[in-house]
Amino acid sequence: MTTNENDAIVKFENVGLRYGLGPEVLQDVTFSLAPGSFHFLVGPSGAGKSSLLKLIYLALKPTRGLISLFGRDIATTSRRDLPPIRRRVGVVFQEFRLLNHLSAFDNVALPLRIAGAKKSEIQKHVVELLSWVGLKDHLDARPPTLSGGQQQRVSIARAVIARPKILLADEPTGNVDDPMGMRLMHLFEELNKLGTTVIIATHNNLMVEKMGYPKMHLDEGWLEMVGTGPHPATPPPRPGLSDMEGYL
Amino acid sequence: MFTRRSDLPLDKDTLSRFLPWLIAFMVFLAVMAMAGVLVLNTVAARWDRGVSGTLTVQIIPAENAVDDDARLQTVLKILTETPEVNHFETLSKDKLLTLLEPWLGTSAGAKDLPLPQMVDVELKPKAKLDVNALSQRMEARVSGVSIDDHSIWLSRLVRLIRTVEGLATLVLVFIALATIGTVIFTTRTGLALHRNAIEVLHFIGAQDSYVAAQFAGRALGLGLKGGIIGLLLAVPSLLGIGVMAAKMESGMLPDITLGVAHWSALAALPIIVALIAMLTARITVMKTLSRML
Repeated sequence: MTTNENDAIVKFENVGLRYGLGPEVLQDVTFSLAPGSFHFLVGPSGAGKSSLLKLIYLALKPTRGLISLFGRDIATTSRRDLPPIRRRVGVVFQEFRLLNHLSAFDNVALPLRIAGAKKSEIQKHVVELLSWVGLKDHLDARPPTLSGGQQQRVSIARAVIARPKILLADEPTGNVDDPMGMRLMHLFEELNKLGTTVIIATHNNLMVEKMGYPKMHLDEGWLEMVGTGPHPATPPPRPGLSDMEGYL
Repeated sequence: MFTRRSDLPLDKDTLSRFLPWLIAFMVFLAVMAMAGVLVLNTVAARWDRGVSGTLTVQIIPAENAVDDDARLQTVLKILTETPEVNHFETLSKDKLLTLLEPWLGTSAGAKDLPLPQMVDVELKPKAKLDVNALSQRMEARVSGVSIDDHSIWLSRLVRLIRTVEGLATLVLVFIALATIGTVIFTTRTGLALHRNAIEVLHFIGAQDSYVAAQFAGRALGLGLKGGIIGLLLAVPSLLGIGVMAAKMESGMLPDITLGVAHWSALAALPIIVALIAMLTARITVMKTLSRML
């Protein structure tokens, strides 16, 4: 779902990106996303999906063009003001990027600690969320001792624990089996229903078609918005998810 | 000891393990240099107080011993008439020989040497005596008499002490600079080693100050640890030097024991070094991160 410019939570205008002196990996990307929208970011490998996500979570600066998040022009925002913006963006990295010396609990607790949450709140919410993603028995496990799928779930829990306004996920179901993949997708849907704007980069066309959300299609750096129609029917509530309102 | 929960695995850095020992050596050197400064300062002040306000009148021996005695009495009379003089004492020949013993030894022949007569004069406190005028008055009535107010010797000695003090202070400054350089190097290495984790913290919304606090806390802990080790190494050395100095004959060296204030200043060094390490780490991290997105 795109929106008019005034309402946009994410807005790109003629954004171009190149690495060094190489060719542009993103060319004249222009779009705006409404708060609470849900999009799949699709396209072949090397199309620029991860680069586009990096621009949104402020890991890269565009070579040209304008990016605004939450109505703020990023180019004119001081470094000091970027962290509060980043705290409103949850990211599930393709390579997880968990801190290996910290336990699963501490990895998930990081965003809350950085935001200055109380210890008791952290304890309660982190344990609940890790239980929900099936890692109740792995609270103290270090990421290297977890399987790829388990690490991915820790990564997702870390991204959603502080209830971000925007959730970016790069291949979030790539390392989990189908039932767990669907369970995680439903978590994203629940977050979306609570107002979070969700962008999920994926190669899983079956899941994209099944869920029916609009697509941002990237090919050789060019972006095309596909299927900007209404959302599919709201999925029925799942046990446990309704409890997330309290901490997500 | 001195560890705290950290989002970055700073404890596992090899350089972090060496830092306390590097700081320990720095603090050891700093304690020795500072102890030197404090002792020299005390010695200079003591010599200054002890020697200024005194004079030595020297009467060169004549051919006739009777003349020598008459000349001495004239000098003593002049000193008695001088209002600025508080007290004077003629040094006996035995005392002169004792003073000369380190150079002449105890051989019997030394007693036959023609020694000058010396009068030790103590002036009244804050008295302003014109030494030249007194000297002229004495020379008018007594031949072969000279007055030494120690000013040349004292000024040279104090200048020497001040120079050594300055050098010791310079050593302290170099130690501080070396400590700062070491902390900058280890902090930058830590930043490079943990770049990935720091990026993650940034993406999650951490301010630079959040990351800097982790490095600063670690540097403070390691600095305190190293500082205490350095102090513990230095204290026996200082006590050893004190014992050796005490064994030397009195008169050759002034009292060089350290007072409570001195020990307190030395004990503060590890804390100062740890604070320098903490501030350096914080500034280094903040400056380095300001260049990141």
